[in-house]
Amino acid sequence: MNMVSFPPRRSRGKVHVPTVTLAHGGGGKAMKDLIDDVFVAAFDNPLLASLDDSARMDLLDLAQYGDRLAFTTDSFVVDPLVFPGGDIGRLAVCGTVNDLAVGGALPLYLSCAVIIEEGVSVDFLRQIAKSMAATAQEAGVKIVTGDTKVVNKGACDQMFITTTGVGVVAAGVELGAHRARLGDAVLVNGLLGDHGAAILGARGDMALQSPIESDCAPLQGLIASLLNAAPNIRFMRDPTRGGVATVLNEIAEAAQVAIEIDEAVTPLRDEVRGFCEILGLDPLYLANEGKIVAIIPPDEAEQALEAMRAHPLGRQAAIIGSVVAGEPGRVTMRTIFGGRRIVDMLVGEQLPRIC
Amino acid sequence: MRYVDEFRDRAKADVLVKEIERLLARIGRDESRPLQIMEVCGGHTHSIFRYGVEGMLPKSIELVHGPGCPVCVLPMGRVDDCVAIAERPEVIFTTFGDAMRVPGSRKSLLQAKADGCDVRMVYSPMDALALARKNPAREVVFFGIGFETTMPSTALTVLQAEREGIKNFSIFCNHITIVPTIKAILDSPDLRLDGFLGPGHVSMVIGDAPYEFIARYYKKPMVIAGFEPLDILQSIWMLLRQIDEGRCEIENQYARVAPAGGNAVALQAVAQVYELREFFEWRGLGSIDHSGVKVRDAYAGFDAERKYAVPNARIADPKACQCGEVLKGVIKPWQCKVFGRACTPETPLGALMVSSEGACAAYYQYGGIKRDRDDEASAA
Repeated sequence: MNMVSFPPRRSRGKVHVPTVTLAHGGGGKAMKDLIDDVFVAAFDNPLLASLDDSARMDLLDLAQYGDRLAFTTDSFVVDPLVFPGGDIGRLAVCGTVNDLAVGGALPLYLSCAVIIEEGVSVDFLRQIAKSMAATAQEAGVKIVTGDTKVVNKGACDQMFITTTGVGVVAAGVELGAHRARLGDAVLVNGLLGDHGAAILGARGDMALQSPIESDCAPLQGLIASLLNAAPNIRFMRDPTRGGVATVLNEIAEAAQVAIEIDEAVTPLRDEVRGFCEILGLDPLYLANEGKIVAIIPPDEAEQALEAMRAHPLGRQAAIIGSVVAGEPGRVTMRTIFGGRRIVDMLVGEQLPRIC
Repeated sequence: MRYVDEFRDRAKADVLVKEIERLLARIGRDESRPLQIMEVCGGHTHSIFRYGVEGMLPKSIELVHGPGCPVCVLPMGRVDDCVAIAERPEVIFTTFGDAMRVPGSRKSLLQAKADGCDVRMVYSPMDALALARKNPAREVVFFGIGFETTMPSTALTVLQAEREGIKNFSIFCNHITIVPTIKAILDSPDLRLDGFLGPGHVSMVIGDAPYEFIARYYKKPMVIAGFEPLDILQSIWMLLRQIDEGRCEIENQYARVAPAGGNAVALQAVAQVYELREFFEWRGLGSIDHSGVKVRDAYAGFDAERKYAVPNARIADPKACQCGEVLKGVIKPWQCKVFGRACTPETPLGALMVSSEGACAAYYQYGGIKRDRDDEASAA
């Protein structure tokens, strides 16, 4: 863990009851004890330890990494809170770290705001905070400020987490969906749809024993080596909700280009394919939490692919398609069967088909 | 993936497409007078779009996407009835996922859920029965929907509930039957179809004998087809061979799953629990005689329709909708006046825009490619 030794300014509080009650949100000693015992203990770092109303960062210190600040926020309401391959804490760190990283930023600091339903066990809260701390260390970021609210039973589903992230973009890194050009390659860093399938499987209401684990992982390392290998990379996005299909549509729309992908080379785990077959779902729309879609100019595509494959989180990276001549804004797929179909945006949520 | 990839083999597809082209040339059909084949089942429509089968076929074949999507053909009044049942505080209303979005005249089940109704998505009627066991103080209603494919599973669930003496479980029965529907299409004066791909999963239950009248009286060939893209291509090829040889028969391409005699146990359960209705209302097609089933008197306690006295109002399809003409192959989805304008998957007016298996929604979402080609051709 990222333990920065720093003399605590005061003695650290401790929670002695098994579950969170409304008293822990009341602003008094119970709340301070909860914050100390659960969050400060796990996230321990000098910026947080002072528990001031805001964390303050040195501008000169930030400026050594680049010339622009990147700033993003995301809320996490996943059900179930713990799933194969991760939990809401890991997800809350990865999600925001990855949003910063795909924008070309080096992720540095996170905030953590937690809304807790009364009755949640304090031990469980500690487990989630530890998971956040471990993931933050993996991602090289510090959680430097936060907030805790406790709400009545039924007002939220056990726990919601919001993380906000600050990062710095190195000089010269220019990324944008509108920069995609004819001939550019479309890369992904591995097997698609694992997170979506893992969550659906973990909900347990479809009587399917799925061994699928979420791909939830912080991608700043993979992205740093990708930026290095392909300096003229046009754009990256993490295909979370809505999956790869949605991201490709956003790119095609923004750049007013057509994109075609090839089903035969799109990396999918057999378990995810089987899962989708049974439920009538399309893996292209399943969420990912450790994947990026990258648009790379053709002369840098091979080296980008090599750089991805050299990284532990990109072993199964693939070039799945390219920017082609065609109706602007349209995404198509060459199917495994030899046909072509349109890959459109989803209208709502994917719903399993009746038969 | 074994037993799946074999049925998506590109090399075999190429061979079949060449054979189909050769047969079409012999039959003497071309673009100006394309051969029209209807796939009755929504599952086929889905596969055809999912794998781009339509675009691989020569333009002298036109696939007409039939009425076999039970979600699409559900009339608005029945959705209103669902919502009325779901709004009762004691009810847990359970449904297959894709029926959640079907619009009623007031709201869909998805909206009803957002407004506080206890609507839950299940994957089988048995899951709904399990909910009834777990919640003895609540009334669990399952939205029974689908053709003969899903009918046995709801019938068996009712029989199971009876055996266990479960009193807080009922079915809102909207099951429909395929044969009267095909007959209604065959009887329509503007029909232009040359043959049918039969719904394989319905035949898994009812066998192939119930279709004999199509060949005998209407002189149209049918091939009962599986749902993988190679199944579909092979079935089209089998149909063309019949046409080329002047035959008119009910053939079974899907014999690996659908035996000629169907499934006697399933049919027995269906006959025990359900009986034919005099008529049933279809979205897009209107009222069709004997095209639906209801729960028999002996199982009245499991019939939500009797338990809750649903409003059962008839709500006419919007006037602008041309679903009926699309279903019969008279016009293509994009030739409908409201396609993609007033009628989209977000705000469906007509039945065929509702589910991803509906012809219009499938064109809107996946299609376009062959359509573009047609547009380009007509512009040139």
